[in-house]
Amino acid sequence: MSLDLILRVGTKLILPFVLLFALYVQFHGDFGPGGGFQAGVITAGMVILLAITFGLDAAQRIAPPVVVQRMVPLGVLIYAGTGVAGLLMGRNYLDYSVLSHDPAHGHELGIFLVEAGVLITVAGTMTAVFYAFVERGR
Amino acid sequence: MVLLTLLAIVTLAIVRQRSLFGVVVLTIIYSFLMASVLIVLDAVDVAMTEASVGAGVSTVLLLATLHLIKTTEMRPVRTQLLPMFVVLGTGTVLVWGTLVLPPFGIADTPIHKHVAPRYLADSIKETNVPNVVTAVLADYRGYDTLGETTVIFTAGIGVMLLLRGARRRGRADSEKEPL
Repeated sequence: MSLDLILRVGTKLILPFVLLFALYVQFHGDFGPGGGFQAGVITAGMVILLAITFGLDAAQRIAPPVVVQRMVPLGVLIYAGTGVAGLLMGRNYLDYSVLSHDPAHGHELGIFLVEAGVLITVAGTMTAVFYAFVERGR
Repeated sequence: MVLLTLLAIVTLAIVRQRSLFGVVVLTIIYSFLMASVLIVLDAVDVAMTEASVGAGVSTVLLLATLHLIKTTEMRPVRTQLLPMFVVLGTGTVLVWGTLVLPPFGIADTPIHKHVAPRYLADSIKETNVPNVVTAVLADYRGYDTLGETTVIFTAGIGVMLLLRGARRRGRADSEKEPL
């Protein structure tokens, strides 16, 4: 227990920054490298790091399995729903022009929503798969 | 060139290695080398994905799998001549295919003349997004990304069904046994 003190304190110190970096990658994906997929993986990585260092229960207090499992289809629904919005407004599926008065702003908003959907699905799937493996190994 | 040589060396080491834990560690090295190659090729988005998925999450999942199974690879039971022949044949065909590709970095190849100039010129006007990669992925090629997201969704559901379904069955069996 005393040997992994550095590991525990170190993990506690970097966890918020890992999550912050994931959010940076997500919302800065419009300007630099990154996007929903990478941000989702980094978010899942934060939960996995927590589970490795502090045990599965600590990780599942922060990211409950029920929430994680709901996230898996939710992201796909957000993505597909953004496309349906275009259909309802009389344009093509996944045409983001209708989301705002200015077509360019509509596209910006559409990309934002779609990336959010990807983030939710990827983070949820990676965490859920990790939970499934760990619970199986018990 | 150095990176590609290192990639080849790591691949050979993976093939020679019989301890699966060693293989997992070597694949981390392979992923980071691959990410470096992609950075050299100016594909930072892909490099980031390779580093986070290839070296990060897939390593964790491979180690979690090793936790469930035995950690040494079995000696091959059959002769390896036919696989060897298939691999060599495929490799030869692939190398032969690269011979007719245009030289690397040439700007006037068909792939750079089709839609790429339009994306580079108009994506900032049409989408307000400076990163062309994001604009292409999420907007111009929105269907493909929707498909990818669905693939991840399906894969996740499949893994969860497999692992959890088997666990429930195993528990039912162990409950029956004492009776």
